[in-house]
Amino acid sequence: MNFISPIFTHTQVQQCLVDTPAAAGNCAIETHDLTIYYGDFCAVRDINLHVELRKITAFIGPSGCGKSTVLRAFNRMNDLIPSARVEGAVLFGGQNIYAPTVDAVEVRRRVGMVFQKPNPFPKSIYENVAWGARINGYRGNLDELVERTLRHAALWDEVKDKLQQSALALSGGQQQRLCIARAIAIEPEIILMDEPASALDPIATLRIEELMRTLAQDYTIIVVTHNMQQAARVSDYTAFFMVDENRAGYMVEQGHTREIFTNPKDKRTEDYITGRFG
Amino acid sequence: MTRAHFDPRTLHRHRAAGIWSTLFLGAIIIAIVALGALLYDIVDESFGLVAIENRIDPASLARDGMPLETLDKAQLVEILTGHISAGLLRRLENDLPFEERDRANVYALVLERVVEPKIVKTWSLTDSLTNRAAIEAEVLAEYPQARLEFHAWINSTFIQSPQSSSPEFAGVRTAILGSLWTIVITIAVAFPIGVGAAIYLEEYASDTLVNRVIQTNINNLAGVPSILYGMLGLAIFVRGLEPLTSGAWLGAGDPTTANGRTVLSAGLTLALLVLPLLIINAQEAIKAVPASLRQASYGLGATRWQTIWHHVLPNALPGILTGTILAISRAIGETAPLVVVGASAFVALDPSGPFSKFTTLPIQIYQWTTRPQDQYRNLAAAAILVLLVLLLSLNAAAILLRNRYRRQG
Ligand SMILES: Nc1ncnc2c1ncn2[C@@H]1O[C@H](COP(=O)(O)OP(=O)(O)OP(=O)(O)O)[C@@H](O)[C@H]1O
Ligand SMILES: [Mg+2]
Repeated sequence: MNFISPIFTHTQVQQCLVDTPAAAGNCAIETHDLTIYYGDFCAVRDINLHVELRKITAFIGPSGCGKSTVLRAFNRMNDLIPSARVEGAVLFGGQNIYAPTVDAVEVRRRVGMVFQKPNPFPKSIYENVAWGARINGYRGNLDELVERTLRHAALWDEVKDKLQQSALALSGGQQQRLCIARAIAIEPEIILMDEPASALDPIATLRIEELMRTLAQDYTIIVVTHNMQQAARVSDYTAFFMVDENRAGYMVEQGHTREIFTNPKDKRTEDYITGRFG
Repeated sequence: MTRAHFDPRTLHRHRAAGIWSTLFLGAIIIAIVALGALLYDIVDESFGLVAIENRIDPASLARDGMPLETLDKAQLVEILTGHISAGLLRRLENDLPFEERDRANVYALVLERVVEPKIVKTWSLTDSLTNRAAIEAEVLAEYPQARLEFHAWINSTFIQSPQSSSPEFAGVRTAILGSLWTIVITIAVAFPIGVGAAIYLEEYASDTLVNRVIQTNINNLAGVPSILYGMLGLAIFVRGLEPLTSGAWLGAGDPTTANGRTVLSAGLTLALLVLPLLIINAQEAIKAVPASLRQASYGLGATRWQTIWHHVLPNALPGILTGTILAISRAIGETAPLVVVGASAFVALDPSGPFSKFTTLPIQIYQWTTRPQDQYRNLAAAAILVLLVLLLSLNAAAILLRNRYRRQG
């Protein structure tokens, strides 16, 4: 945790991050020549992709090709890794979130994240949902927010009688939906999900996928997955990543999921999807 | 890979495991035996038979056929006036006028000053239990005036009485209070500074040369002999900051003790002593907070401080409290630095605040063990028991606190 983030006043930040839709049409996030290093090692290079507003975009590709690295660049979570260094630009609503005047805390409030392993806080279910809102200075009624959010995350019926119990007592699938609820409670514009269902059984996985489809009406979702069927089932757009001979990741192609899966432009994409890769 | 590459027999592996587990069992048995011997030694000295000789037989003090125990306050005062010197009487009157003393107090004075029981010989618990007949014969032969009595050296009078020059009446109240005051100041100072330093080193400090030097120094300071902290405390708190530690700045200084040799100096010195221990433990506890928790917090738009305050510290608290337990244990048993800082050899007045003269239990124990008479050895043993009980109850309190946070977490 050695990164010292620049501190700026609230007004400055508001000048920096403009509202997404007005500024950028249908584009939620865009990258320009995004290159990320861990120390001297170049993990991904020259990524140019764009993510559609209120759609689900899937990142697929072999292990180690930098999908998580790119995802973490979208809410500046890489800042927490001391050796990580980012070059190029990530445009969020037309604004580069890596511009020196932008506050990473503000970015993370507006770009939420769900992790591979369910990681609820060791607090009550209620507190898990309410905490993010509270620290971000939410002025409304917290009880209402918690109920609304848990309903939205399709978890309300299962937990409404035990809101004050520890979140750690929930099943893995419930914990992951709680983490999604926790993320949407602060009303982000984008939700990043890094293999959100990889630790879950098929039924819990389906529930997460259903939930993602519902959420896509209001949110832009970017999901990393190793499950080809899942990418095909759930996403509108797909980006395919590979590693080059220096183990640096790069994006091979992106497009409509239907196109990528039925009629990929690149031979490597076809090989990977049909399982002929490597 | 063929089968031939592996030795199919597991017997000799089991045998090796068996030898190791026997060795480990041996280690724990040695530890338990050593601990048992220590406890036995202390308990053996804390209880046992004593031969007591009175200067004046209490029976001879009876008035009108009424035994001494049943006399009222006026009669007791009369006896006292009749038997002690005018000078002593004036001193007692000065300490607290007789009108204000209650009967129990005067009765105690009569016992202490007039009857003046003297313990002439003591026996250990083992001797008392196994050799009773021989002891009785010895008392009869050598101390015909004395009566033989079973005495628990650790008893409520011992705990409630202040220091006294006669071992029959000496107690550890001043030492217990001195120890408590010192430890409270030590923890009150060392805990926030230690946790603060640990937070800085773990969460804020970047990996620069300066920070690495600081870290190495803290690790080494934990191993510095405690007497050096005493010298440091003497130089800084007793001499350098005398106006502060004697209370003169706040106008609270006791004119009779207005130098820096106070409870406050002792507490601050011990705080310096336990600081490295606290910092290292708190750092370990903070390091052990899972990264996934921090990520979850930062991912929700929390600032660094919100993450530390709401997630890192609550989850590190059990570990931090474990470090605090170690610090308390270390500080409460320290003797050498306090001798240097100026713990008083003989304090009969309770410490009344941070600016009082003080003594502590280990110092008291040390002083008693240096006396040649048998009785002081028994007193020291009893005081060691008190110290152990005090230590265990302070630690129990910290453990209870820790478990409460564990359950919440
Ligand atoms: N914290 C880090 N420090 C150093 N190198 C890292 C770090 N995180 C990832 N890397 C390296 O960056 C490259 C990309 O890693 P990343 O985790 O982004 O891959 P991924 O595509 O998400 O893989 P997977 O599908 O297995 O999750 C890998 O070579 C990895 O070793
Ligand atoms: Mg990954």
